[in-house]
Amino acid sequence: MPVRVQTDDFDAGREIATLRGSDARIGAVATFIGTVRDINDGTPVTSMALEHYPGMTEKALMAIVEEARGRFSIMDALVIHRVGALRPTDQIVLVAVTSAHRGDAFDACRFIMDILKTRAPFWKKEVTPAGSRWVDARVADVDAEQRWSTDA
Amino acid sequence: MPDSRTAMPAVTTIRLVYLARLREAFGRSDEDLALMVPAPNVAAVLAVLRARGGIWAEELAAGRAVRVALNHTVAQADAPLRNGDEVALLPPVTGG
Repeated sequence: MPVRVQTDDFDAGREIATLRGSDARIGAVATFIGTVRDINDGTPVTSMALEHYPGMTEKALMAIVEEARGRFSIMDALVIHRVGALRPTDQIVLVAVTSAHRGDAFDACRFIMDILKTRAPFWKKEVTPAGSRWVDARVADVDAEQRWSTDA
Repeated sequence: MPDSRTAMPAVTTIRLVYLARLREAFGRSDEDLALMVPAPNVAAVLAVLRARGGIWAEELAAGRAVRVALNHTVAQADAPLRNGDEVALLPPVTGG
């Protein structure tokens, strides 16, 4: 299963080693790790709760990975997304992609992350000194998704 | 015995799921909803919920960024519904 939703932290090194296995066709591994900032929109963030829609989340992530496979020449891909209580500096998400060459690895990694941001059913609720608030979706994320639109 | 399907209006019962901010706004995470209209679709569900008025009408007003998932896949307003379908209302996602 190339996608996982979990409360536990992940060890990127171990995950990458598992993804690569002993496949000597792989010449490039691109990874992205998203982490929790201690400030968002100018307000200090003390912690956050990440929730998702069980059942749909895995399906949506699988669809994104499949779309990446169709667009780019990649060997394999892995997406791990954490849910539950997270604090600044914690890891949130890992995307890792293996390919023969760096171009497809970089592009597929960025593609998966950009699409995840706008389509995967996750929601962040931040705890700030003024109380807790649901994070607003960003226009920049929609723009990032649209750069992959085929009719752009 | 007469055929009740022709004698009575069709009833389609679906499960509604509310996520994140919408769950808090509506004060519930899910509910069953019986639709009494023939050939019900996603738009019919939204119409029933908006008709409740108050926070429902406000959160689901036209132009609000709410997506609908039918059985775990994003669906359009004209998607038809069947008994036992799960219809979820999703605020804009903010993962990653």
